[in-house]
Order: sequence, then structure tokens, then C-alpha cells
Amino acid sequence: MEVVIKTDKLTKRFGDFVAANEITFEVSKGEIFGFLGANGAGKTTAMRMLCGLSIPSSGEATIAGFDVYKQTEQIKRNIGYMSQKFSLYEDLTVVENIQFFGGIYGLSDKTLKSKSEELINQLGLQSETKKLVGSLPLGWKQKLSFSVAVLHEPKIVFLDEPTGGVDPVTRRQFWDLIYEAAEKGITIFVTTHYMDEAEYCNRISIMVDGRIKALDTPGNLKKQFSAGSMDEVFYELARGAKRGD
Amino acid sequence: MKQFLTFVKKEFAHVLRDRKTMVILFGLPIVQILIFGFALSNEVKNSKIVIADYAKDNISQELIAKIEASQYFEIEKSLMRQGEIEAAFKTGKIKMAIVFPENFGHDLMHDNKSQLQVILDATDPNQATTLTNYISSVVADYQMELNKTNAAPLQILPETRMLYNPQLKGAHNFVPGVMALVLMLVCVMMTAISIVREKEIGTMEILLVSPFKPILVVLSKAVPYLILSLVNVISILLLSVFVLDLPVNGSVLLLIAESTLFIITSLSLGLLISVRTQSQQVAMLISLMGMLLPTLLFSGFMFPIENMPLPLQIISNAVPAKWYYIIVKNIMIKGLGFASIWKETLILLGITLFLTTVAIKNFKIRLA
Repeated sequence: MEVVIKTDKLTKRFGDFVAANEITFEVSKGEIFGFLGANGAGKTTAMRMLCGLSIPSSGEATIAGFDVYKQTEQIKRNIGYMSQKFSLYEDLTVVENIQFFGGIYGLSDKTLKSKSEELINQLGLQSETKKLVGSLPLGWKQKLSFSVAVLHEPKIVFLDEPTGGVDPVTRRQFWDLIYEAAEKGITIFVTTHYMDEAEYCNRISIMVDGRIKALDTPGNLKKQFSAGSMDEVFYELARGAKRGD
Repeated sequence: MKQFLTFVKKEFAHVLRDRKTMVILFGLPIVQILIFGFALSNEVKNSKIVIADYAKDNISQELIAKIEASQYFEIEKSLMRQGEIEAAFKTGKIKMAIVFPENFGHDLMHDNKSQLQVILDATDPNQATTLTNYISSVVADYQMELNKTNAAPLQILPETRMLYNPQLKGAHNFVPGVMALVLMLVCVMMTAISIVREKEIGTMEILLVSPFKPILVVLSKAVPYLILSLVNVISILLLSVFVLDLPVNGSVLLLIAESTLFIITSLSLGLLISVRTQSQQVAMLISLMGMLLPTLLFSGFMFPIENMPLPLQIISNAVPAKWYYIIVKNIMIKGLGFASIWKETLILLGITLFLTTVAIKNFKIRLA
């Protein structure tokens, strides 16, 4: 299996505070990798380093084969990103958003046109193309936001708490999109607070106080902690946390 | 380049779709020009005055007729006793009282000199001085007329010539001022807000993760405001030429080039504010308080800088609007060329370079 994310003792310090402490893991192509942790555990910091938004203090990491210190430009070309804040322009229409984000990734007009048609059909948004994104329900916005993040066919897509604030049914629909993308070979790196979502992942890691405390498939983790659900596993690990809000 | 254009297109959509932005962008300059042009004026017209004429001779009557004929004064009441004059001042309605003594005409004819008492409400000293000047000139005019008929005594008459602005029109002063103010306000506030908004709604992260260069994010945000501000400059100039009758005496091209420089200065200031702030409210507040006040105080448009204490004079040098104001006055009113403003242009250029460098440095730090 091709490894697309590889970190070795990746660390980020802010003064005396170690936000991410010697994180080591690998993610393979097409995998759905869940990145769990309580608030303040260091998830976002770790993710920002992987996206090239933040320079690590020490340790090694390669994303899609590119080094996070020296090759951030190549990394940016090969990843997609969806932040926890819903991240499309509300005062632009559906089509305009698609064209804008496709455009800044340098997609040609022709590709962009066929891509956006495909995307709109896939999401069933045919009648909403001229509507401002601000008028769509949150669940739709999130689905659109994800589709836009994978529009340029990145090798890896980073999702930072992508489904905050929507009901389980809409979340399930969102995950259908994720599975589709993973089948196409896109690697999914997702942080979440919802344990039902953790169950959907191929493998998950749980961060506590800046360190990865557990990393395995949901099934194995439940066995290892002799827990009935991911909720219990997470609680068992997060209980020992000293940081948090 | 195509990516850049995509971005600029999107910025235009943001601006053109937001009605509030459009109102600020285009309403503000027009309203300001009209307000300053017609409502606010330091010319004193139709001041209410009272006249106490104890002489009631030919000379005093003629002089009163002259005063009445001028557009500066409006005679409220003609015959008054000393006590009534004071009471009239206390009501605050009248600004000036003129008292002709009993033997006003007689003294003038026989002693070749006579006295006239002018009493002013000096609660507003500037207005009082202006009124004194007006009345003195009316009296002097009348005296000249008399001298033509009588044998002229020896006297020196200073002949004043008001250069560049012979009618002492207020518009000459405020049009350059409003241009500086509007461009400063619009460019600084709009750019600051538009960049901070991307941070607030979370799209900035997406942009930074994309291969789109951060410096281009900033540039493409500046382009629409640069273009729209130039539209503003042109509309202000059109208004001043056609509505306020204030011609552009110098080169229009030079004026627009200098305005472009000042717009870029303002944009870079807006950029600096935006990289240092996290919310639209804070950005707006800093732009308003931090830009509006210094621009009003230190551009020289409302208060003469020469009269300020030295420390404030030094501070005023850091206000870009001061230099732009001088430039516009020189080109537009004095009709001078680039030779007269190269120093100011250089200073503006320096300020712009400084602001841009600091802003871009800070922008990069945020990325790390």
C-alpha cells in the first residue's frame, strides 16, 4: 500500500507549551483516517503542520511524498482542505463558488465546466445553481464545501470537524460523499467530535495532551480497551487529560 | 494570471453585491462634496445686525444703504438705544451692532474725520474677525466714493490681491480636503474589512492552503478598490467642476496619477490594519478612529498645521493625507506642475513602501 502521509516525531512548540508532542503515524492511499482528541489536545495544530500552514518545531513529515519543511508549495497542490468554520462565500452563488475555488487551483475552463456540472448533478443541486450559498441549509453547504475541496482531485483531503451542527441523517449523507471520494483513491484525514463518525473511519488515532495515545481500527481499539463503543474508548483515554478548555 | 483574474472577479462580486459597501463607496463622496459645498461653509453670509443711527444725516443714511445692499449683512432693526443693543446681543440672534454717533456726518464734513462704533459678538472669534473685515471694506468703499467727489486727502490704500482664489471660495479649500478624506476612509476601511472578513468566515485558511500565493490574495483584494476609488476621484472632480464651479487648473492626468499613488498608500494602510486584527468590528473601529481623526486634524484641511504646537506639527508629517492635500491643492488650484510637488510625492511613496513592507512581513509571520 502506498503511504501518503508519514510523520516521525513531529513536534510543535509555542514557547514552553508543546502543542503537538512527537507525533508518529502513517496513512495509506485511499484510507479514511480519523483524528480524534478532546478540545485543546493538539489536533488542529497537528493538522496545520500537515497542510503546510504551520512550520513544525522538530520531527519529520512527508505529505504525498513532499517534505513539510521545504516543499509546501507542492504539498498545497496535492491537498484539499475544509475547515470547521463553514468555508464557502455566502454572497456568491453555488456556481460562482465552484468556479472560484476551481479557478485558484488553476483548473482550465473546460475541466472546470465539466467538473462543476458533474458536482452539481451528484449533489442534486441543479435547481439551486444560481442561488446564493448563504440561502442553502447548513447540511447542503457542508456537502458543497467538501465537493469543492476535492474538485481539483487532490491526493489527500483534510477535514477539520466537517459536520459540526447537523443532524445524524445529514451527517450520514456527508459520509456517503467521503466514501465515494475514498473509493476514487483520495485519502481522507478527518477530525471529529462525533463518535458515530469515528466508527465510519478505517483507522483512528486518539490524541491526549499533544500525544497520540491510541492508533488502530475502531474494532481493535474497542477490543483493546474492552469497551462496547468508541464513546467508552474515547472516555477511557481522555479522562487522563490534563489540558482542555 | 488566470487565477489572479478569477480572484479579482470574485472580489468585484463581493463589492458590487453588498448594498452597504456600495453606499459607502459611492454615496459617501457625493454626500460629502455636496454637504461641504452647500451646507458647511466658512463664508459668513446674511449675518443679522442692528444699527443705531443717532446722526440721521445724509452720510449715515447712505452708508446704511450700502451695508444693507451687501449680501453679508441683514439689518434686523434700525433704531436702538444702548440698552436695547445689549439685550439684542444676549438673545444671541445678532452678530454685530453699528452705532452712528449724533454728529457723524457733521464731523466728517468739517473735521475730515468721524467715528463709527462697531460692536461684535466675539463668542466665535473667527466669525467676528470676518465680519469686521467685511464692514471695514464696505466703509472703505464708501470712503473712496466720497473722496472722488471731495478733494482727496493723502492716504495709503493697500490693494490686496487674493492669488489662486480671488473670490475666497470655500470650495478651493475643501475639495482637496474631501478628496483626501474620502479616499483615505474608503480605501483603508474597505480593504481592512474585506481581508479580515475572510479570516472571520474561515475562507482565509482555505486560500492559504491552496497553491494561490498569499501575496496575490492581498493584491487581488486591492485591485477592485483601486479601480473603484479612481471612479470616485473622477466623480468628485466632475462634481467640483460642474456643480461647484471649481476648475482643475493643472494637469488632470497628473492629478489622477498622484491620486492613484495616494490610493495605494491608503490600501497598504488598510492591509496593515487587516493583518493585525481578527474581527471586522475591530478593523472598522481602528480604520475610523485611527484614520478619520488624524486625517481631519492633521491634513491641514480643517485646521492650519502652522498654528499647531511643534510636537503636533511633527506628528502631522506622518499623516499621508497631509501630503496628498498639498499635492491636490498645488495641481488643482494653483495649476502647478510636477516640479512643485516632487518632494511630497516622494514622501508619499516612502510612506507607501514602508507600510507595504511592514504589512507583508506581518502577513508572512501569520503563515508560519
